[in-house]
Amino acid sequence: MTAAALSALLSHWLRNPVQAFTLVAGLALATALWSGVQAVNLEARASYDAAAATLGEGQFDQLVAASGETLPQASFIALRRAGWLVSPVLEGRLRAGEARIRIVGIDPLTAPMVLSAQARGATGDLAPFLSGTIGLATPDTVARLGDTVQLRLIADAGIAPGTLLTDIGAAQRLLGQTERISRLILAPEQPIDRLPLKDVAADLLLKPMQQATDMGRLTDSFHLNLTAFGLLSFTVGIFIVHGAIGLAFEQRRSMVRTLRALGLPLRRLVLLMAVEVLVFALVAGGLGVMLGYGVAAALLPDVAATLEGLYGAQVNGSLQLRPVWWLSGLGMALVGAGLAAGGALWRIARMSLLASAQPRAWAMQARQARPVKATIATMLLTAAAGLVVWGKGLILAFVLLACLLLGAALALPLILDTVLAGAVRRARGVLAGWFWADTRQQLPGLSLALMALLLAMAANVGVSTMVSSFRLTFVAFLDQRLASELYVTARNAQDSAALQDFLVPRAKAVLPLLSIETQISGLPTALYGARIGPTYTQNWRFLASDTDVWSRVAQGEAVILNEQLARRSGLWLGARVQIAPGVDLPVAGVVGDYGNPIGQAIIAESLFRRLHPEVITLRFGLRSDDPDALRSALIEDYGLPASQIINQSDIKALSLRVFERTFTVTGALNVLTLAVAGFAILMSLLTLAALRVPQLAPAWALGLTRRDLGRLEILRAVLLALLTALLALPLGLALAWVLLAIVNVQAFGWRLPMYLFPIDYIRLFLLALMAAGLAALWPAWRLARIPPAALLKVFANER
Amino acid sequence: MNVRLLVCLILFPVWAMAQGFAGLGSDAEGFAQTQPLPQFVFPKDHGPHPAYRIEWWYLTANLTGPDGTQYGLQWTLFRSALAPGDGEGWSTPQIWFGHAAVTTAQDHHVAERFARGGIGQAGVRVDPFEAWIDDWQMAGPDLDDLTLRASGAEFAYDMRLQAKGPLVFHGEGGYSIKSDAGQASYYYSQPFYTISGTLSLPQGDVAVSGHAWLDREWSSQPLADDQSGWDWFSLSFQTGEKLMGFRLRQANGNPFTSGTWIAPDGQTTNLPDGSFVATPLETNRVAGRNLPTRWRVTVPELRVDVTVTALNPRAWMAVSLPYWEGPVNARGSHVGQGYLEMTGYE
Repeated sequence: MTAAALSALLSHWLRNPVQAFTLVAGLALATALWSGVQAVNLEARASYDAAAATLGEGQFDQLVAASGETLPQASFIALRRAGWLVSPVLEGRLRAGEARIRIVGIDPLTAPMVLSAQARGATGDLAPFLSGTIGLATPDTVARLGDTVQLRLIADAGIAPGTLLTDIGAAQRLLGQTERISRLILAPEQPIDRLPLKDVAADLLLKPMQQATDMGRLTDSFHLNLTAFGLLSFTVGIFIVHGAIGLAFEQRRSMVRTLRALGLPLRRLVLLMAVEVLVFALVAGGLGVMLGYGVAAALLPDVAATLEGLYGAQVNGSLQLRPVWWLSGLGMALVGAGLAAGGALWRIARMSLLASAQPRAWAMQARQARPVKATIATMLLTAAAGLVVWGKGLILAFVLLACLLLGAALALPLILDTVLAGAVRRARGVLAGWFWADTRQQLPGLSLALMALLLAMAANVGVSTMVSSFRLTFVAFLDQRLASELYVTARNAQDSAALQDFLVPRAKAVLPLLSIETQISGLPTALYGARIGPTYTQNWRFLASDTDVWSRVAQGEAVILNEQLARRSGLWLGARVQIAPGVDLPVAGVVGDYGNPIGQAIIAESLFRRLHPEVITLRFGLRSDDPDALRSALIEDYGLPASQIINQSDIKALSLRVFERTFTVTGALNVLTLAVAGFAILMSLLTLAALRVPQLAPAWALGLTRRDLGRLEILRAVLLALLTALLALPLGLALAWVLLAIVNVQAFGWRLPMYLFPIDYIRLFLLALMAAGLAALWPAWRLARIPPAALLKVFANER
Repeated sequence: MNVRLLVCLILFPVWAMAQGFAGLGSDAEGFAQTQPLPQFVFPKDHGPHPAYRIEWWYLTANLTGPDGTQYGLQWTLFRSALAPGDGEGWSTPQIWFGHAAVTTAQDHHVAERFARGGIGQAGVRVDPFEAWIDDWQMAGPDLDDLTLRASGAEFAYDMRLQAKGPLVFHGEGGYSIKSDAGQASYYYSQPFYTISGTLSLPQGDVAVSGHAWLDREWSSQPLADDQSGWDWFSLSFQTGEKLMGFRLRQANGNPFTSGTWIAPDGQTTNLPDGSFVATPLETNRVAGRNLPTRWRVTVPELRVDVTVTALNPRAWMAVSLPYWEGPVNARGSHVGQGYLEMTGYE
């Protein structure tokens, strides 16, 4: 009996291969997009872990020179001989063709175990590393380095991306930093009775581990964004699957009745159908994970660029297969199939044995469910409105997005139905009347695909509005901030003084760029000392400021904060901020700062020098009417290497390039979701086509040609897409507003002004109409070619 | 003695593999080889010999507190060369490491340090004498008059040592043979130190005094490849006599043994293979291994027959390459104290 039941169940799929394909493809696509995004997230997290393991970032306390410069190796020896268990690290960058590679030199004999373990490599043998003749790097980095360095390079995927790990002696040689080190790592366990730090090395600062940048935490918001995108795609995919499963189960109602009448127990039948769904889920999930690998491999370079641009985080550019990711992909496929099939199985289980199989019950039911859907949609949209007012935190911001999108998606069929009902009333002529009524009749079958289109388009409008708004703001910000025509870097303390003497008579203004990393309100912050003059007073635009902000700052009576810091610490105008022990100043202004994940506080140069006399100015901004002449004077008369001078325009170009790369990944994801929506429409139309023959046969019999029917089919698809697109625009703008005013503030600490881009929206419109038209093309073509006999058969079978 | 070579070997496993063939590979690598009838020159030979592969300055002490409580102390500096000779700065092939320990009947505190030669973090100078790694230091005007310091996360010590007798040369005038195949090292000791100072322990500071034993040994030839480990004893008896003996456990056949009987005036009697006999009496489960922590030690021709018992059977040196090292008491034909080292127990 079981075998017979199985073969009966399976025969349905053999007779409806398109439905089977829709089911598998929908689930595979959903799984692919979700697991692709997860693979990218996992790879990025693995890269942060590798970076932490290579560099000891965030794991150990560190000692650095108070001046921010390198420190002499002698300080390391002095500390060791005073009982401090410290290990030296030298870091620097080396140009290898186009790329700049980070060189990290460590001493594995004194380094904490997690760091020295990398130096031991696969053999566990430290001797080759200690000899200073080998370097370890990821396979990509090895390839990029080529023969730039005189080391035997060994590929090791566990090393931080873009980094060459080598012995500190070799690093000193490569970087030309003989007997210099960048910082000292403190072992977690120190011996008793060591001398106090100030007696051994008074010019060193202890940096507790929390203060060191923690890439994982910093980039959490970005990965949450990606996950949200992945979930959105998954949802769109599950819409498709739900449609296909619902249809298949409804079509098999009569088969279910027959099987039960033949004596198959209901429980076993439900079990068999559940197993059937499970098999579909496993096959589709497996396919999806494989596809997801492709998606991830294609996305990863863009994501890596984004993360580097936004946070300076290095991510490995090549993908590794991780079991956890495989399993989570399959798990999502199972959950998705369960979600999509649960309702249908439940209905089968409750169906009374004698209930007649209603052929269109599936579509009719949609109408019955209307009040429920309307209630849920209203609740979701109300919740979204409530979250706008009262929601706090990034997770709630994403919940708000989910409520908004799902609420709107559920409301879509209701709105379309109302619009179409109006059209039916106003239609003139028989053909128009039939067309509108038929379109309305088809709505339940198409609504899931249209919801998918709505979501994809809204996401597209929302995200592109956010990115373009961000871009406009960012360009304006660069223009204000990069006012100096030239930026120069001195080689060392003596050079700094000589350079200033040389520059003062030649430049219109010499602006020292003084900064130190510190903590304000417990947040990592760069404290800047500004030489306040027209460059600052005329160019900077405040988001909020008191009237005489610059003069108060110049007198050392106030401080300016960047927006991130002001929002995260909740300090706005007038609040007092402690900028150093015993020194607190009121906030006089808040400025936008879009290039920077951490906080920034700006005080007067004089106050900065009083608080941090040890900081030497190495970088200067120069104002000049003739920057080219000043540049050549610096190179030829002063002898500053050209690499120490940067033009304003170069920095702007670089910043914009970073920006563009940063958002390529959102562009790619947008295209993918739109493609999924187009696929959803195609599949819905294909599955409907067979069902609709009985409805089309009378229209054909009354004189419409098959070609006419096909044309009307395309027209209908485009029309529905147009209506959906019109609704997607306001939804997309609402989404953009949430992203700009809520998600960005939570994720980055920036609230960006929103700009509108009508031309982009029109282009998207046309694209969506074209996608719908293309999706309808094949079903329409099939309709135009349907054998008249098939249409005639409808009447023959009529009871 | 001791054949603490293995410690160095296992730290750098590639070596260990290269030397699986009874040291045949070592000559090719250019290290200097030990020769019979050495002519030592002091104080120069108290300093490092970078042409040889391995070398150590190994001090152990049996101490007593004001209330009669027994303590043991270890301070060791190892030099281990990846290649013969010295080099500038970080590029030197000379690696140094230190082990320090304090043992009581209940506790055993251990610390370990690593350093590279050439940068000033560790080394040995002879005139005045200073052996150091980080803040650990054994220093003084000469080897007869030293201060000794070390510290770990839970202990520290600061000691003063004075030699009350001459240097003692093991084997044939300091040429100590390790196997029938001819492996050997240069090996001499200063076993006549008196020592006093302060131990800083979690329970507080303790003033202690006692006697200490310094071993100096260097070589390029490791053990024969069938020697799995060793048991080494240094015993100081109440009569003023001292005994050093070791047995190298061999895969086939009896252990290879060697020893030196030291009279109170420093006169030595060399104990060739077989005359020093050590037999395990009782084992203890320590760090997942069965270790003999009670022994019967006999030298029949000198009428020595004592039972040697560990003060703390758990004196396990949990360092990168772990081994057992701790203070012992001897009872029987002679009564005294000393140190026991056991390696290669799996």
